[in-house]
Amino acid sequence: MDNAKTMIEVRDCWKSFPGKKAGEQVHVLERVNLDVHAGEFVCVVGPSGCGKSTLLNIIGGFIKETRGTAKVAGSPVNGPDPRRIFVFQENGVFPWLTVEENIGFGLMSKSAAHREERVAHYIGMVGLTGFEKSYPRELSGGMRQRVEIARALAADAEVLYMDEPFGALDFLTRLKMRADLIRIWQAEKKTIVFVTHDIEEAVQLADRVVVMSKRPATVAEEVKIDLPRPRDLDSPGYLGARDRIFAIMGMDVHGGGAGDPR
Amino acid sequence: MPTKDCRGEKCPRESKPNVLKNPVNRFAPILLPAATAAIFLLIWHLLVRLSGSDLFPTPLDVARGIQELVEKGLLLKYIVASLFRVSWGFMLAVLVGVPLGLILGWFRPAFQALNPMIQILRPISPIAWIPVAILWFGIADSAPVFLIFLASVFPITVSSMAAVQNMQLVYLRAAQNFGVTGMQLFRRVIFPAALPQIITGIRIALGIAWLVVVAAEMIAVNSGLGYLIIDARNAGKRYDLVVAGMVMIGLIGLVLDLLIRRLERFDEVKWGYGQR
Ligand SMILES: Nc1ncnc2c1ncn2[C@@H]1O[C@H](COP(=O)(O)OP(=O)(O)OP(=O)(O)O)[C@@H](O)[C@H]1O
Ligand SMILES: [Mg+2]
Repeated sequence: MDNAKTMIEVRDCWKSFPGKKAGEQVHVLERVNLDVHAGEFVCVVGPSGCGKSTLLNIIGGFIKETRGTAKVAGSPVNGPDPRRIFVFQENGVFPWLTVEENIGFGLMSKSAAHREERVAHYIGMVGLTGFEKSYPRELSGGMRQRVEIARALAADAEVLYMDEPFGALDFLTRLKMRADLIRIWQAEKKTIVFVTHDIEEAVQLADRVVVMSKRPATVAEEVKIDLPRPRDLDSPGYLGARDRIFAIMGMDVHGGGAGDPR
Repeated sequence: MPTKDCRGEKCPRESKPNVLKNPVNRFAPILLPAATAAIFLLIWHLLVRLSGSDLFPTPLDVARGIQELVEKGLLLKYIVASLFRVSWGFMLAVLVGVPLGLILGWFRPAFQALNPMIQILRPISPIAWIPVAILWFGIADSAPVFLIFLASVFPITVSSMAAVQNMQLVYLRAAQNFGVTGMQLFRRVIFPAALPQIITGIRIALGIAWLVVVAAEMIAVNSGLGYLIIDARNAGKRYDLVVAGMVMIGLIGLVLDLLIRRLERFDEVKWGYGQR
C-alpha cells in the first residue's frame, strides 16, 4: 500500500509556547507523528485550540518545533517554500492590492500573458468574475477567503496547506469549492493537508482523516476513507467513517474542551 | 432609487445617505461652523468694545490689517516665505524619516542601536534648538529649515517604525510563502502594509512643522508670518497686524491639513483607516 513516496514526514514532534507566567510552558503538541504521501489528500480534525494550526505552521515552515523533526520532500523544513503554498486561517489577502493583483501575487516571475490567463481562470473558478478590480475591503468575508484560495491555486504549488479555508463560506459555495478542490487535486496530482473542524467535510474530501486529541495534542487516530469519488453521502462506508470519527472525538468530550462536532 | 447592479464596477459609495434626504441637514456642514464663527466674531467685537481697549483690534480692524498687507504686497510674500521653509524642512524629514523608520522597524539590531537615542532627542522641543540653529546656520533660511526638519523627522520616523512593527504577521508569512524576499519584500509588502500609518505620521508631522516655522521665524529670520507678528508688535504695537498674522497662520494650517488628508483617500491605503 505504501508504494507512493512520502511527501511529509513528522516524527515525534513536540511544541510548547511560553506561557503567561515566566518559565511556564504551554504544551500544545506532544509526540505527533504524521506521514503524508505524495498526491495524498489528508484532512486534520480535532477540537478547537488543540494545535491543528500549530502543526500545519510547523510543516509550512512558519514556526519551529520544540522537539522532533518535520521533513518535507526528504529534507527538514527550513522556512516557507513557494512550492508549498499555505492558505491561512486568518485571512492573508493583501488589502492594498486588488483581487486580480492578489491572485497574481505568486506569479510575478511568469510572463504577463501567462499570469493574466491564470488569474482570469481562477477568478472564474472561485466565482469572483466582475470583481477583478475590487479591493478586499469592498468584499465580504467569504469573498476574501475565495481570493486567498484562488491565489494559492494560481501559484501552482505541488503541496497545499489549507487551514480551515472554507470556514467563512456559505453552504452552497462550500460544496462547490470542495468539488473544485477535488477536481484540481485529481487533475494536478497535488498533495493537500487540509485542516477543518467540520467532520463531514473531512470525510467528503480526504483519503485519510487524522484525528487529533485535545491539548496537549497528539494524533488520536487515523481513519482511512477508502471510498470512490464523487462520494455518496448516504453510503454505509461514508456514514461509517463519519460516525467513527465522531466517536473518537466524542470520547474526548469527557476530558473537556472538545470541539464542536457539526 | 432603483438598486443598481454594481458587479464589474465599484459601487458608488453611499456615504451619509440621510444627508441627501433631509434638506436641513444638507447645509449643516456649512451652516453650523459658519454660525459658530459668526457668534465668535460678535463676542470678540463686543468684548473689545466693552473693554475700551485701543490696542487690541476688533475683527473689522483685523480685516483692514489683512487688506493693508495685501496692498503692500507683504502678505503673499510672507506666506510664500513661510511655506517655502516648511516645504524644504518637511520634505527632507519625509525623505529621511520614512526609510529610517522602515529600517528601524524591520531590523532589530538597528532598532536596538538607535531607538534609545531617538527617544531621548524626540522630547526636546524644536524651540529649544533655536539658539543652536542660529549658532550653526546664522539667520539664513537654513536655520528654520533645520528646525522644521528636526520637528517633523521624529514623528515620521517613529510612526513608520511602529507601522512595520505592528504589521500583521499573516501578510509577512504569505509573502515569504510566495518566495518574496529582500528589497522585493520591502517594496511589495512591508512598505504598502505600513503606508496607512506612515501617512498618519506624515500628517501629524506637517501640523508640527507649521507650528514650528512660525516660532522659528519669530527669532531667526526677517520674513514670513512669524516675522510679521513679531515685527508688527515691535514696530509700533500694530496688534491688528499681529492678529492678522495669527488668522493667516490658522487658515493656512487648515488648508495644509485638508491637502495632506487627501493622501488617505487613495485605494491603496484606505483599508488602513476606520470605515466611517
Ligand atoms: N504564538 C503562540 N503563543 C502562545 N500560545 C499559542 C501560540 N499559538 C498558539 N498557541 C496556543 O496553542 C494552542 C493551539 O493553537 P492552534 O491555533 O494550533 O489551535 P487550532 O487547533 O488551530 O484551533 P482552531 O480550530 O480554533 O483554529 C492554543 O491553545 C493556543 O492558545
Ligand atoms: Mg486553527
